[in-house]
Amino acid sequence: MDTVFGVKYDGGVIIAADQGNARSILMYQKNLDKVVPLSSHSALGISGPNSDLVNFSEYVQKNIALYELSNDGMKLSTHAQANFMRGELAAALRRGPYQVNVLLGGYDAGAESSSLYFLDYMASLQKVNYGCQGYASSFCLSIMDRDWKEGLTEDEAIAIVEHCMKELQTRFLIAQPNFIIKVIDKDGVKVAKFGADPADT
Amino acid sequence: MSYDRAITVFSPDGHLFQVEYAMEAVRKGSTAVGVRGKDCVVLAVERRALAKLQDPRTIRKIVSVDNRSVLAFAGLTADARVLINKTRVEAQSYRLTCEDAPSVEYLARYIARTQQKYTQRGGVRPFGIATLLAGFSDPSAEGDVAKPVLYQTDPAGTHSNWRAQVIGGRNAKSLREFLEKNYEDDMDEETSVKLAVQCLLEVVDSGAKNMEIMIVRADGRAFMEESAVDVVVKKVEEEIEANKDAKKKSTDE
Repeated sequence: MDTVFGVKYDGGVIIAADQGNARSILMYQKNLDKVVPLSSHSALGISGPNSDLVNFSEYVQKNIALYELSNDGMKLSTHAQANFMRGELAAALRRGPYQVNVLLGGYDAGAESSSLYFLDYMASLQKVNYGCQGYASSFCLSIMDRDWKEGLTEDEAIAIVEHCMKELQTRFLIAQPNFIIKVIDKDGVKVAKFGADPADT
Repeated sequence: MSYDRAITVFSPDGHLFQVEYAMEAVRKGSTAVGVRGKDCVVLAVERRALAKLQDPRTIRKIVSVDNRSVLAFAGLTADARVLINKTRVEAQSYRLTCEDAPSVEYLARYIARTQQKYTQRGGVRPFGIATLLAGFSDPSAEGDVAKPVLYQTDPAGTHSNWRAQVIGGRNAKSLREFLEKNYEDDMDEETSVKLAVQCLLEVVDSGAKNMEIMIVRADGRAFMEESAVDVVVKKVEEEIEANKDAKKKSTDE
């Protein structure tokens, strides 16, 4: 039911997600922030039941923080973070799986490049230029296929995300009025826009 | 009968010799000074002369255990590494379960508890280190103002709050007396740094390259640049010279 988008551009990556928190016939909240910052220069867009979503993202977040503290401030690359997450998903898979589907976006200062990784609940891992999680993929992957090209700017990448959002708002059965869009680039993770302020409790 | 072998044996007069020997190991370590000011905590450690071929960056005596807490130690470096790693994991574990940063006091209590555990089990020996933990208290717990905090732990497993403290080195006792004489409440950052440097200069050869200074503030922490330390060292030494001259003049007259 959740929608998560990721689009890589030249010098950064956009991660966007809808802000709904619902189960069965109930809508619990409309301002949930599902794009969780994992480190200073990476963020994870997650979909799934709220329990696994929160548990998994916080677990990964704290382990990444522990690594940085234990290793004299050395930052884990996005590639390393993605593989760490995949390892955790795989280990849990035959015990009690995390039912989360994620898109990890990060910027690596050393390589001066951004990257986007697709992971799903079965612990598959793939580096991609753009991606969607959820029903949205049926509607939006084709839009991204057509619009994405090498060397996009930040504004062009956001335009692709908004194009996808518009398509969902027109054709997707489930109404998802609020989306949060985050940008990860050399300056870190920041919110580009949101439909509803996640801080409003 | 020798009462100093096993950690789990008291001597007839109530000593735990292994713990006391561990404190000796602390005295063998290089000195670390902590000074709590009005809105900062200064940690100053003695940087012992290294072998020429050794890379100085791999010797760290002031380390982060959490985003909000810093630790300086005196004693066996390898023991410190183990204890610091345990503390880092505990800090993240606290953040994961409580969704909040652990207070400096919580971490000091954890370190102390761990150090104590190793004085009451068979087959292990105490950690040969004392630590100084510096950071700021949670503003919401103190009327919206974060206050600077300095804790000390020792091999016996005790932890306590200090306004200024010295650990390690042969002269810790006399340095503590120096601090008691010269400490004032609510010192600003410059005065706190000066006091820490003055204290360290009593045991360390003059020169900024023989000391490492970290200033912990409410909004973050930073190592002092060597050039800045040099400035303070020079000022302190000038004052000492000036005092000496003034004394000399008064005795001559």
